[in-house]
Amino acid sequence: MPEGIFCNKKPIETQEELTALLGDTSGTQYYKEMKELDVDTKLLWTTIQNTCKSRIRTWLEICAHCGMCADSCFLYLVNDRDPKQVPAYKIQSTLGEIVKRKGNVDNEFMLMAMETAWAKCTCCNRCGMYCPHGIDMGIMFGYLRGLLYQQGFVPWELKIGAGMHRVYRAQMDVSEEEFVETFQWMVEENEEEYPGLTVPVDVENADIMYTVNAREVKHYPEDLAEAAILFHAAGENWTIPSKGWEQTSLAMFAGDWAACKMQVENVYAAMERLKPKRMVGTECGHAHRATVVEGPYWAGRQDGRPPVECIHYIEWLAEALREGKLKIDPERRIKVPVTLQDSCNYVRNHGLRETAREILSYIVEPGYYREMSPNREHNFCCGGGGGFNGIGLFRPQRNKGLITKRDQIIATGAELVIAPCHNCWDAIRDLEEEFEIGIKWSFLKPLVISMLELPDHMKPEE
Amino acid sequence: MYEFLTGFMFWLALGVCLIGMAVRTILYFKGLQWNLDRVAYKAYPVQGFKGAIRSIYKWILPFGTHGWRKQPFMTVMFFSFHIGAVVVPLFLLAHNLFLKEQLGFSLITINGGVADFLSWLVIITLIFIILRRLALPEVRILTNWYDYLIILISAAPFITGLLARYEVGNYSFWLLAHIISGELLLFAIPFTKLSHIFLFFASRAQLGMDYGIKRGGLKGTVMDW
Repeated sequence: MPEGIFCNKKPIETQEELTALLGDTSGTQYYKEMKELDVDTKLLWTTIQNTCKSRIRTWLEICAHCGMCADSCFLYLVNDRDPKQVPAYKIQSTLGEIVKRKGNVDNEFMLMAMETAWAKCTCCNRCGMYCPHGIDMGIMFGYLRGLLYQQGFVPWELKIGAGMHRVYRAQMDVSEEEFVETFQWMVEENEEEYPGLTVPVDVENADIMYTVNAREVKHYPEDLAEAAILFHAAGENWTIPSKGWEQTSLAMFAGDWAACKMQVENVYAAMERLKPKRMVGTECGHAHRATVVEGPYWAGRQDGRPPVECIHYIEWLAEALREGKLKIDPERRIKVPVTLQDSCNYVRNHGLRETAREILSYIVEPGYYREMSPNREHNFCCGGGGGFNGIGLFRPQRNKGLITKRDQIIATGAELVIAPCHNCWDAIRDLEEEFEIGIKWSFLKPLVISMLELPDHMKPEE
Repeated sequence: MYEFLTGFMFWLALGVCLIGMAVRTILYFKGLQWNLDRVAYKAYPVQGFKGAIRSIYKWILPFGTHGWRKQPFMTVMFFSFHIGAVVVPLFLLAHNLFLKEQLGFSLITINGGVADFLSWLVIITLIFIILRRLALPEVRILTNWYDYLIILISAAPFITGLLARYEVGNYSFWLLAHIISGELLLFAIPFTKLSHIFLFFASRAQLGMDYGIKRGGLKGTVMDW
């Protein structure tokens, strides 16, 4: 059978298609159809010829098969050093084979490649740091995901996720009105406790334009209130865009590059419309990677930069604490053993390795901070990155993948894990549910609010 | 025969190697595309250059990176092999006498004892590298006949060179075998994985630019390789 009703090469373009695909619970029919899906080998090879240039071709060719990447991969380590989990093997046996066979691969091969691309690699890019030739297999898996997506071989949730971005310009079905209303509602809920709290919408020339992760709107609206409280306490001149507020990109995990472009251009349009001095994004790793690090390239910006300076939430928070815009009550600093989860997406992939540590130096009582080992740009993926968290089909593999992080956390002796990244936060929550090691986990916003010394204008009237 | 091999064939092999690799290196850099690679190479030449140099420098330093430090056995084998494999062919006295005769100039030379030591080092480390390939499951799964062919092509000039040097059996035979295997190696460089002799630097430079520009470089973060 060529194209299925749900599983096919056509991206989701309308709300009706989205609803229909969502109706196929757990993708039961979707995956059944995938087993019959034809491979358009001609399209595959043409795409490779047009997009696989010297960098990736050289990587595939000169790999010395030395195996030095093996130990760098947490999925190799956690799967009892299964040789089939060696990064070089994983990419050579998938992308390498497709290129070698000039795109002449069958359905069975593509199913294997899909499992490898989404369940054996989180695109954390750690292996690239351990290859003598500088071969970054994470980048190649990102590329492979694009090829697989084009052929319709993509996990159900990510086909939906990419479709959400195409239809709603958000990773979930949250409309522009819902976003603004939820934000306003959350601010109202907190007005009494924080007099003067507001959420300025679509204000031009503000110092900060704030963008979020749609799941905050849908599932964790208190996060929006916390952001408002902290901006307000810091006396910031900030705003949210009613359009272009979603910073994330499940399309990036799916390998749907066209949707990535649509999504990020929507955010850049907001920047151009509102002309803020800077954009601050929420505590999310892949959102930052998508909008700030990779986004400019999808949007065709030759300088590799978004239209205005964009910073991660931790950069803003560190600055606000450093400059005294936010004051911490030393009595209320964290006094339990605490550790930090470095997010691959903005630490290894954007160099923000000291920023969160600076924040912790202000909010943790000296003597209570414990480093994970390894850490900073050498840290392991949380276990759920690159879309792994959200794929039901690969849940057992994901749960196994969490063991690395579990053991890293246990070794620190920490009771609290600070995870300024939605994906890491989820993975750590799930690992606690799965393994019950007795830890708590948190974003930075609620912790900082709990120890904030409020400026006079914000103190509730007696 | 000797005349032909050290005359025409030598120049042909050297020419194919150098021109071939020049072409490949140029094509490599021409094939880097800012939009597909998602690295703004041209927008930040200084940061890119710094990142590239650092990425190469750290990795040609024994134990210079986390990767090398993590695998001390491999590191010792790797560097011992490569030092011998680069130094002996370039700086052996006999090779430079030949060069002087052919071109009228020569490079600095190493003394015979050092040359012997380094040549044996190449052979011994290659044996260990082969044993490592056979012993470790994570390397075995990656290994195919092509890897052994590359090892054979690389080892042959050293084996034959040593046999000639110790005059085992017929000296002239081993000398000819040495010249042929050396020229075969030169021919093979641009067309096989041996292209890494040049492309190693290109590939390392690329990832260095990536980190130097996109992945933290512009933020002032120096990558801890």
